[in-house]
Amino acid sequence: MSQSLDSSKDTPVIKCESVFKIFGNNALKLLKSSNGQVDAKTFQEAGCIVGVNNASFGVQKGEMMVVMGLSGSGKSTLLRCISKLTDATSGKIFIDGEDLLSMSNKQLIELRRNKMGMVFQSFALLPHKTVIENIAFPLQIKGTSTLDSMEKALEMVELVGLKGRENYFPRELSGGQQQRVGIARSLAVEPDIWFLDEPFSALDPLIRKEMQDEFLRLQGVLNKTIMFVTHDFDEALRLADRIAIMKDGIIEQLDTPDNIVLNPATEYVKKFTEDVPREKILKIESIMDAYDSNNSSSTQVSKDAIIETLAESILNSKEILTVVDKNNEIVGSLNPAKVIKVIFGK
Amino acid sequence: MLINFKNSRLQQFILLFFVFLLLYFLVPEDENSFLWRLPPLLKDIPLLINNLLDNLMFKWLTVPVWDPDWQMYEDKPIFRLITRSIADFLLFLIIFIREIFLGGLQTIGSITGDSLKGFKWVYLPAIPWTAVVVGLFILGYRLQGLGLALIASIGFFYVSIFGQWEPTMETLSLVLVTAPICFVLGLSFGILGYLNKKVETTLQPILNIAQTMPHFSYLVPILVLFGIGDHAGAVATIIFATPPMIRLTILGLKKISPEVVESGLMSGCNRFQLLFRVLIPTARRDILIGVNQVIMQCLAMTTIAAFIGAKGLGFNLKVALNGLKIGKAAEIGICVVVIAVVLDKLSLAWANKQKDYFANLNFYKKNIAFIYFIILSIILGVIAYISAFYFEKGFNYLYLIPFGEGLTIAPILDAGVDWIWETFFYYLNIFNKFLITYVLFVMRDAYLGMPVVSTFVLVMGAGFIIGGVRSCIIVGALILFIALSEYWNRALITAYMATFAVGVSAILGITVGSICARNDISTKFILGICDFFQTFPSFIYLIPVILLFGITDTSVMIAAIAYASVPATRYTVEGLRSVPSSLHDAASMSGVSNFQRWKSIELPLAFPHIMLGINQTLIFALMMIVLGALIGTEDLGQIIMGCLSRPNGAGIGLTLGIFVSFICLAADNLIRTWADERKKLLGID
Repeated sequence: MSQSLDSSKDTPVIKCESVFKIFGNNALKLLKSSNGQVDAKTFQEAGCIVGVNNASFGVQKGEMMVVMGLSGSGKSTLLRCISKLTDATSGKIFIDGEDLLSMSNKQLIELRRNKMGMVFQSFALLPHKTVIENIAFPLQIKGTSTLDSMEKALEMVELVGLKGRENYFPRELSGGQQQRVGIARSLAVEPDIWFLDEPFSALDPLIRKEMQDEFLRLQGVLNKTIMFVTHDFDEALRLADRIAIMKDGIIEQLDTPDNIVLNPATEYVKKFTEDVPREKILKIESIMDAYDSNNSSSTQVSKDAIIETLAESILNSKEILTVVDKNNEIVGSLNPAKVIKVIFGK
Repeated sequence: MLINFKNSRLQQFILLFFVFLLLYFLVPEDENSFLWRLPPLLKDIPLLINNLLDNLMFKWLTVPVWDPDWQMYEDKPIFRLITRSIADFLLFLIIFIREIFLGGLQTIGSITGDSLKGFKWVYLPAIPWTAVVVGLFILGYRLQGLGLALIASIGFFYVSIFGQWEPTMETLSLVLVTAPICFVLGLSFGILGYLNKKVETTLQPILNIAQTMPHFSYLVPILVLFGIGDHAGAVATIIFATPPMIRLTILGLKKISPEVVESGLMSGCNRFQLLFRVLIPTARRDILIGVNQVIMQCLAMTTIAAFIGAKGLGFNLKVALNGLKIGKAAEIGICVVVIAVVLDKLSLAWANKQKDYFANLNFYKKNIAFIYFIILSIILGVIAYISAFYFEKGFNYLYLIPFGEGLTIAPILDAGVDWIWETFFYYLNIFNKFLITYVLFVMRDAYLGMPVVSTFVLVMGAGFIIGGVRSCIIVGALILFIALSEYWNRALITAYMATFAVGVSAILGITVGSICARNDISTKFILGICDFFQTFPSFIYLIPVILLFGITDTSVMIAAIAYASVPATRYTVEGLRSVPSSLHDAASMSGVSNFQRWKSIELPLAFPHIMLGINQTLIFALMMIVLGALIGTEDLGQIIMGCLSRPNGAGIGLTLGIFVSFICLAADNLIRTWADERKKLLGID
């Protein structure tokens, strides 16, 4: 993650303050009597299911936050609370500093028409509309003229690489292509905030990889504020600036991928990180030491490089290397022994 | 053995049947015994209904209305004013459309009033039939292509040259008025039901009764409320054809994946946009099937509406059947099927049509088809005008071929019928006599000899075994309602006919279905046949059976069996074909023979679905049996039919209709409860 995101001066684009979502008839009553101490088991006995349990976090502008959890962990529920597809039982959610939960229906519709886009697991394309009609749909709902919306949609078709298939129906496309349409549709109104609900889970592994690359390319161009939900830990590591790991509605850990792999906060998180090939995730930055001018050789490596990509040359050099940042300024030094430890040892 | 009794339905049913038989033989036939027959405590219901209608129509809430003829105010009941204005409105629409096709002076007359009476030009000229055929060709071509264009135009060409143009246009005008009304009503109620749970739970039983009640039973009440004529036919049609539309709308909307709804919300739809641009279009497939059903039901009903004065093919068919003119009746029947097929295909093509956003057409190009149509119509109109001088005898064949003045194949058909009669009469007669004496009468007597207490034990016991106390009470209450009326014996006769028809249809349907489900080609073939036979209005089935068996119970039975085998076959094929291929592979690897595969893999899995088909079969069979009263049976249908010509028939007709509906609902409850449970157990949706 880049450093500008750390500065807490900017108001976050998305901000949640102790958000609860509890399904069941007397959820609110139970929640009030529990004083914020929600235990999934006791609630279940009372006939309620805990979806989201006391979630508080913020997402900065341009940041990609990935919510990771297994099925039933409440990750999709959390996303739906923030997009207000379901109403949170209690807590506060702010979008660009505006209180989401106190918005009128009209304001909400305006917000969705201009600021939000969402991609769905099962694509959720309208079966009666062609590719181009599907993509133009949010624009037409907004009231954009047919010609303008079609032009914009055509632009989007090109962006996601579906040129030549504008007049196909969703049923005539492969899963990957359908999700490209879903992505294009969610981007058509040029939203600031982009929600993705397990967008690649329904795809084959190879296609999934391809779509992830495509997604990273798009994000490189567009720089949106993103909430991305997935059950795939590897996917989370590949894409995220920060990852929130959820279990039973509780956010177990919310941190950068490096920190999660290196310092799992709970046993649950640790289980995910155990099998992760660290050299493929960690950057040089995360294992470098403070710069020691006496010991270091003149060979330089970038702090943002993934360890695996440089491992061979580092191990061959057998001396302590100098680590530099983007501007070629020296930020630390790297002992090859640490690289060996990352790859082979615990 | 007995330890298992709680879990073994078979043992429970055997015990139930044993008790039933015991009661059957032990209870003596005694008219005063409540065990034999219940007293008719509810016999006043028809009277109550009549009084209610009478009160509504003539007494309740009168308002003064200015009567221009008498130059004074007159008190008229408001309900009657409402129904009469609905009737007038419908009648105006029907006549308006009718006069477009056939010409006439009522439409213009009704707008201009009396001032223009007597002028010869106050006459809306008809579009020449040639122009209608050409118009259909253009429409079909525009909507889909040459194939549809040919089907539509040739179909109507046939209708015209066979001299059925006038009745066909009369029927068509009725369909063109009622179908859109049914569509709008059905869609609106369907949407309401989808949005509001309470509305849905209220609608559900009403729909159930409306769909299982025989058509004839509400003809008389409509007659009372709306008077006799085309408008009454239209009302009956609307009542009959709207329920499936509501059903399919709710079904379609419920099937939409929640993510599609969410995607609509996230696109910033407000409620109306969500409804009209996301929900309804996404449910389009089911709604289209609904439209299709509406058109078919409207056509089927227009024939029955002939009994309350609707003009058209149905009326002529009725006349032909009454006069036993089989050839003529068959000819008319073909016309009904032809317009059914054409309307069906056109409406589907219209709904599937795609829009081209990049064409950027000018006015001329956009409306080219319409412009062609106008030009050709004018040309054909001129030709028709000129040809009037050419044709003598007053018939202008290029303008409108009058009824009965076209080609006809009726003599050939009649000759064929005569030949069949002469050749096979002996054998048919033997079969007929055998069936009646040794099967039907025996069965009828057995049913009539059933003490009421044993009937209840059997029915409620079955309900208890299948669905517990709840089913037991529901089924018992439905049957009790009938048992407390004067018509229990008639209901038993209806039940015996239904049992026989359903039994034979089920065996026939399951056998044919199982054989045809063997491979893809025969599956496609048999489903096509089912589609084809389902487009026929039920009326049509009576034509060939009267031809073969004359006016007997056998005819009705065979018509019912032919009609009711269709759903049994269809559901069997569908059920068998839906067995997952992985199971087939597993079975093949275990080395099953074809019969083993059918018996131990396909049939158990498909059986719940097949049972739902049997449910449909029962409804179809009952419809046909009641309809069969036209050719004379002794069941409930006969009385319902008789009500049509009785002054106080409304109450009895409606009550008996409800009885038939209750028989259906009782069976429906048992079968559905069982099938749902079974499906859940098997883990199939």
